[in-house]
Amino acid sequence: MSLLEVTGLSKHYAGRPSLVQRVTRDPGQVVRAVNGVSLAVERGEVLGLIGESGCGKSTLGRAILRLHEPSAGRVTFDGTEVTALAPPALKAMRRRMQIIFQDPYASLNPRRTVAEIVGLPLALHGIASGEEAREITARVLERVGLKAGQLDRYPHQFSGGQRQRIGIARALVSNPEFIVCDEPVSALDVSIQAQIIALLLELKRDLGLTYLFISHDISVIGYLSDRVAVMYLGEIVETGPVAAVLDNPRHPYTQSLLSAVPEIGARRDKKARVRLQGDLPSPLNPPKGCKFHTRCPLATGICRSAAPETRDLGGGHSAACHRLDEGLSLLEGGR
Amino acid sequence: MSVLLEVTNLRTEFATRAGLVRAVDGVSLRVARGECLGVVGESGSGKSVTFSSVMGLVRSPGRVAAGTIHFDGRDLRGLAPEEMRAIRGRDIAMTMQDALTALNPALTVGEQMAEVMIAHDDTLPSARGARRSAIRDRSVEMLGLVGIPAPETRLRQYPHEFSGGMRQRIMIAIALTCRPQLLIADEPTTALDVTIQAQVLELISDIRARLGMSVVLITHDLGVVAEHCDRVMVMYAGQVVEEGPTDQVIGAPRHPYTRGLLASIPRPALRGQPIRPIVGQVPDLVGLPPQCRFHSRCPLARQGCLVQVPMLPAGPGRQARCLRLEEMS
Repeated sequence: MSLLEVTGLSKHYAGRPSLVQRVTRDPGQVVRAVNGVSLAVERGEVLGLIGESGCGKSTLGRAILRLHEPSAGRVTFDGTEVTALAPPALKAMRRRMQIIFQDPYASLNPRRTVAEIVGLPLALHGIASGEEAREITARVLERVGLKAGQLDRYPHQFSGGQRQRIGIARALVSNPEFIVCDEPVSALDVSIQAQIIALLLELKRDLGLTYLFISHDISVIGYLSDRVAVMYLGEIVETGPVAAVLDNPRHPYTQSLLSAVPEIGARRDKKARVRLQGDLPSPLNPPKGCKFHTRCPLATGICRSAAPETRDLGGGHSAACHRLDEGLSLLEGGR
Repeated sequence: MSVLLEVTNLRTEFATRAGLVRAVDGVSLRVARGECLGVVGESGSGKSVTFSSVMGLVRSPGRVAAGTIHFDGRDLRGLAPEEMRAIRGRDIAMTMQDALTALNPALTVGEQMAEVMIAHDDTLPSARGARRSAIRDRSVEMLGLVGIPAPETRLRQYPHEFSGGMRQRIMIAIALTCRPQLLIADEPTTALDVTIQAQVLELISDIRARLGMSVVLITHDLGVVAEHCDRVMVMYAGQVVEEGPTDQVIGAPRHPYTRGLLASIPRPALRGQPIRPIVGQVPDLVGLPPQCRFHSRCPLARQGCLVQVPMLPAGPGRQARCLRLEEMS
């Protein structure tokens, strides 16, 4: 059994209805930020969730932890249905499921010391208090590469990379099994980013953690994930082992995403590049049929009318596209 | 190739409460006609301030304290403010990282494009009607050039009515309106998604080839440089640490910082292998000693490195600021 199982998870946000809509009881526009997502994360693995801004990847991460209450679907963690838990039981469960946020500036309270920020989960979950809590906090700080002597400092006294270490310490202090890493390195400079990635991988190995790693950066996802899920407009379009998805992408969106990444060592003239037309459609008014059809060079009649089913391609690799069987590829040579 | 922009020993300082910050400290560079120069560095390395200095856009408490800036044979530092204003926008144009804050939210795109032409273009007809239609025609042409569909309609819209990628294109269109000889693009794609980034970068490369313009591409992404730039300049803590043809610098870096930066980039091909980050952090720019600025983080540092290090020749067309560059090859 997988550690985390997500089935048909949706998160819809209702737009503010107009006066006419209120009078006529028309529900108005709905943003389907996450729409019927199913995925599983095995114990001890890193599932990389990749997608462009607005595709719903952060909302999915938060809906899994019920930081945003899902609109529909089920989340099961280690056999317990998280989506059915009453508040006290949910709180107890959150001790085992944590999150690291993207912005190391906005996610730490500027008026609290590091000891207070990192120690808060200990108090919330009744794990420890007083001197004992301080000792645990100091140990965790050292674990993430900070010093125990920095306990009484405030967030503004730290650099961006150090703040992200504080955020990691806060997630670790309750001794969780599973962490949603929501773009934890996107706001950092390259050399600092590498330090944080190395730290996250080391912690995973030493503490036996499981990560859902959300990022828009394919290089980061490709480097540290065991499996990858690709998201577009609220839906998972392709998923599979990292090597299968990156080396043999089957969905046209994954193919164009990969070809757009500027690479070191690949000269522009020698590289096959898929040029997508247009921008991401508005999730307020998503296209009918396959949501990618408005930008897909391979789209035909059926793509405009019917949403494709997710199909198993063997070896844990699956994709949702009508034209999978035709062996088409946007990448040169159809590799 | 003839040199279009030449900067020598530029020093730009900011007076802060903590002390004097030399954000740019002795930077020299050249951009040839038609060339694309990549400028790479992390936050605070001085890459944006260098080119704000070139544009004459450094404001108090900052000031250009020393150095020369020659553009197309003219000494920009010696120019009066109104002469500089005439060059800025017409001969040198700069696009900013964040298009939403750089564009005026209260004016339509068409009005913002017209402003530039009215300020800089002497070839516009003087009769009112003819002038108007000339401005309109050129605006439509420029928006078409940067790939914005239905330009006639879009001209009447405001910046908030465009997506992030479209706004970045509008800034490029405005920058290109007067056919500048040099385009300085400051992180043109950092705020954009990867598929849109590819579109914008290809657009800049296309236009550069078509108009024979020079481009300075400021970025933190070495992948972008590898694919789009002829030469690259790597900056660290206010100084240039390495400079040369892109393929050579990226293929065989001669400065330990460049090497560390390249080793820091996670790549799918390196899956399972440990990543080797550069240890420590960028030094505080206040009161820096004159020695090598990278030495506290450098795996090759030794006692002899605690001296002022100049840019040293590192092969044809290449330079690096490292005493041990021979050992790096």
